[in-house]
Amino acid sequence: MKPFEYARAGSTAEAVRDFGPGTMYLGGGTNLVDLMRLGVAEPERLVDVSRLPLDTIEPAGDRVRIGATVRNTDLAADPLIRSRYPMLARAVLTGASGQVRNVATVAGNLLQRTRCTYFQDVTRPCNKRRPGSGCPAIAGDHANLAVLGTSDACVATHPSDLAVALAALDAQVHVTGPGGDRIIPMPGLHRLPGEEPERDTVLAPGDLITAVELPPAPPGASLYRKVRERASFAFALVSIAAVLDVGQDGTVAGCRIALGGVAHAPWRAERAERALIGGPATGEAFLQAAEAELEQARPLPRNAFKVPLARNLIVATLEELAA
Amino acid sequence: MNRTEGRVKVTGLATYAAEYPVENVAYAFVVQAQIAKGRVKRVDAAPALELPGVLAVLSCEAAPRLAEDADPELALFQSREVAYRGQIVAAVVAETHEIARDAAAHVRVDYDADDHDVRLSSDHPGLYQPEVVNPNFPSDTDKGDVEAGLAAAATTVDVTYETPVLHNNPMEPHAALALWDTEGRLLVYDTAQGTTGSRALIAKTLGLPQDQVRVVSRHVGGGFGSKGTTRPQAILAALASRMVGRPVKIALTRQQMFDVTGYRTPTIQRLRIGVDGEGRLTALEHLAYEQSSTLIEFAEQTTVPSRVMYGAPALRTGHRLVRLDVATPSWMRAPGECPGMYGLESAMDELAYAAGLDPVELRVRNDPETEPDSGLPFSSRNLVGCLREGAHRFGWEHRDPEPGIRREGEWLVGTGVAASTYPARRSPCKAVATMRNGDVLIQVAAADIGTGARTVLRRIAAGTLGLDPERVHVELGDSDLPEAPVAGGSMGTASWGTAVVRACEELRRDGKEGRADTTDEVKADAELARHAFGAQFAEVRVSAVTGEVRVSRLLGVFAAGHIVDAKLARSQFLGGMTMGMGMALMEETLTDEEFGGFLHRDLAQYHVPACADAQHVEAVWLDEQDGELNPMGSKGIGEIGIVGTAAAIGNAVFHATGHRFRDLPITPPKILAARF
Amino acid sequence: MDITLQVNGVPRTVDVDPRMSLLDLLRERLGLIGAKKGCDHGQCGACTVLIDGRRANACLALAVAVDGSEITTVEGLAAGEELHPLQSAFMEHDAFQCGYCTPGQLCSAAGMLGEPGPSAVTEDILLDPELTPEEISERMSGNLCRCGAYVNIVSAIGEVAR
Repeated sequence: MKPFEYARAGSTAEAVRDFGPGTMYLGGGTNLVDLMRLGVAEPERLVDVSRLPLDTIEPAGDRVRIGATVRNTDLAADPLIRSRYPMLARAVLTGASGQVRNVATVAGNLLQRTRCTYFQDVTRPCNKRRPGSGCPAIAGDHANLAVLGTSDACVATHPSDLAVALAALDAQVHVTGPGGDRIIPMPGLHRLPGEEPERDTVLAPGDLITAVELPPAPPGASLYRKVRERASFAFALVSIAAVLDVGQDGTVAGCRIALGGVAHAPWRAERAERALIGGPATGEAFLQAAEAELEQARPLPRNAFKVPLARNLIVATLEELAA
Repeated sequence: MNRTEGRVKVTGLATYAAEYPVENVAYAFVVQAQIAKGRVKRVDAAPALELPGVLAVLSCEAAPRLAEDADPELALFQSREVAYRGQIVAAVVAETHEIARDAAAHVRVDYDADDHDVRLSSDHPGLYQPEVVNPNFPSDTDKGDVEAGLAAAATTVDVTYETPVLHNNPMEPHAALALWDTEGRLLVYDTAQGTTGSRALIAKTLGLPQDQVRVVSRHVGGGFGSKGTTRPQAILAALASRMVGRPVKIALTRQQMFDVTGYRTPTIQRLRIGVDGEGRLTALEHLAYEQSSTLIEFAEQTTVPSRVMYGAPALRTGHRLVRLDVATPSWMRAPGECPGMYGLESAMDELAYAAGLDPVELRVRNDPETEPDSGLPFSSRNLVGCLREGAHRFGWEHRDPEPGIRREGEWLVGTGVAASTYPARRSPCKAVATMRNGDVLIQVAAADIGTGARTVLRRIAAGTLGLDPERVHVELGDSDLPEAPVAGGSMGTASWGTAVVRACEELRRDGKEGRADTTDEVKADAELARHAFGAQFAEVRVSAVTGEVRVSRLLGVFAAGHIVDAKLARSQFLGGMTMGMGMALMEETLTDEEFGGFLHRDLAQYHVPACADAQHVEAVWLDEQDGELNPMGSKGIGEIGIVGTAAAIGNAVFHATGHRFRDLPITPPKILAARF
Repeated sequence: MDITLQVNGVPRTVDVDPRMSLLDLLRERLGLIGAKKGCDHGQCGACTVLIDGRRANACLALAVAVDGSEITTVEGLAAGEELHPLQSAFMEHDAFQCGYCTPGQLCSAAGMLGEPGPSAVTEDILLDPELTPEEISERMSGNLCRCGAYVNIVSAIGEVAR
């Protein structure tokens, strides 16, 4: 780890003011400290924002505002979240371990970086870590990397479970920064890699997430399901956050589907949603919708399984929600 | 009786290698090769040495000479040649761990890289027949006419299985703390499965007489073979300490452990087996392809268990090795038996299905009178008893053999069986028993790597002397104690226990002290086939949606002589089975064909079973009376638990899905590719 | 930088390199070797301690970032000579072999028993479930044990949870 300066921010404004070249914000640190130890992140200055007074979950009418430093454990245990957004609580509970969830913040969870094996190893090339150095994953180990929205420069996935649920819930990310305050709708926070895989998100330098705001939960039943070969404490091979509202007449009145583990960002399955809304809530329709979505997939030899896996998961989850 | 050292372990006071309080300690951190093959052209240590707090940089351009005949994996900095990516090429010593680690990234190493070859295949042009396989078996055996036996068979299978690179991954990373006294005597606190052997190897490598070296390993945080031989951290700590004139501590990172502390070779195994109309084997052939490094020949004895298991008039086994630009593979829990029995016991299941026989029954029918390859009588053999007992407990008689037909919602359910075996050996050992104020002190350079050696030796001594175990104290884990063999090969208790019994018998005669050296006794052992056996039964649930596999029941029944301590034995069996579950379903290190070395070098990528995976594991045993083993009548139990587990789970996956997966681990991608 | 921590009830002021983890601070500076370094990346749980009463990976916490916190390590679980019930249960159930993951398992279990709310395997997310073996197994999955003592770990914790 390279030497760095450490400062604890007293306020959001102070944190943003303190941000300069070489600065990184430190939240719970469960990913940043990990990456610093690997030499992947080399900040010259850390501004610790983990103790900013942004750690509350508050209802605002029929919306809910989650502070950026709320710890994952507290988010999942919150009665309001559990009753209004059970899928969100479930997603958080499938992530990492009890220890990590106790420390990891909401904002930090969204801003965690890919677990691609090459990204984490500074002795090997990686376009995300060292732009222009190449992507050995495409010809090498990509078994758990992306099948949707990839580029020739990068096939990394975003590892968050929370982000997948937020993408399905149309959450809004509140950001403050040198350029003022703004709101970024999910899933728009995370980018696809394109030619700039080094940029995970649309945030600008110095931008600081202050809160995540949830609109009213969409009507219907919801589920979060995560697939992994180890029964716990593992990143998703593929995960799904889904909400399905079936009307009295048996047609789909509303539908939200987001996938994790398949792209550089939580993947909102908009094609599938469009295909379903207004149509019958049947297994056949679910399968057609899944296939419409996954037509866009560009799998590689060793991650091709994610396409049938995502398809099966969409169908099985919607069938369970429709039942 | 609870584990002797339980209290210090639950209170955090048990001291592992890197944890001894030593004044003025410095910290070392290694620099690893970034090419898979070639030479170090130049080492520029200046940028590291300029950092405040850096004391020294060791490399092939700045290091003391080691013995000419040092083990090449321990001959640190003695050559410019790079044999594999990740090999240690330099090290930094600094005032703190933080400084050492940062400085290591500042050491600039230039290389001349050659083309590398890291891929094992069964048609690799470099394959050859090693003279012997680990530890000293002939590579090949051939008895009877295999081709004729296969030709005459009513049913045959010809199947190939693959197992990946596996890493031991004990929880305690390899660590050492070395200090030299003013008389030039070296003390190394090391993570070692044996201090006697470690002392010899460290002394030899450094060119010192053995009495100038002391190795202490009071508590070892698991080893599973990876600490059975001395690893580079001990040599590095000693070298660095001499160089800076201070105690030096080094703990390898988890990532570095993947590169320099050994691993289980990947294997490709071809099995051809024939069976007649009565379900009796007519021929069995088992061939294994495996790898070693260019530095050292390590040939795993993968097909040796096929020389032990089933009677067949024709039996051929063999090993082919290729030397690649990879790190040297080494021992990992049940080398040979573990991967080999995955192959054999999967093939036996396939044969049972092909012949329309029950898999338990097929094994029972082919249980041999004498050891198939050697013809030696068994000291005891209760495989059939284990199979019968397990079948009864597991409810095997109600099993419908038809694969792929049981479904609970999206979950396909299946059951499978496999046999286990492991040799029961012992080695010469010394021990001293001393009476002190009515209590007895047992001294032996044994190692407790989590097996419970202290507890078991205490029990053995108390039993011999007719004393309350509370009055027996065991001192181990120090090379200054009477010489003892390694905690490996499942022969710790048998070897150390024999010496402890003899020392206690002598103490009883003498009243004050008893000394034992079991060399002659062990040498005089009659030539017999001595093995433990077992049977494992697995029930799995396989998601037809996701390809996830969950083990809903795992039962092991073992026949391993007299069980000295039931509580500890159960833990050992369960632990081996849990590791076997990891092998079946998740464990795999990838070899990086492009750059050399390994990928997935951490515990987030190399998955070992977590608590949630191992909820339904059960182990029981048949008590065996075997007077041909050792005074305890015991067989080793540290390894047999992992033998057969992967086959039982794989066979259950077949029963659940109707599809045979022949390469481990059996993961959702493979299941999805096969079924959907 | 000077930081002050309450470690097992004792105030400790230490001058630390900002790069130093809480784990290395405990082990290398304060002589508290109970918390173990198994992976240094939050992937094994051997370093688990309680930070302000909550279980956390000491390897992922920069010492400077926990300035002012109360830290409980395995050395602080027992009340003098009297073991914490989890410690006694671990001994009784043989819930460890090599012992290297044990301090982390114990601190994790101690923290886990105080954590309300559902887990990933809870059927009804609105309820705080009983700590069945399945619940305990899921909640303890952040603590790897290569010796494979899980069955005994769960039964030991289950006994204390009852």
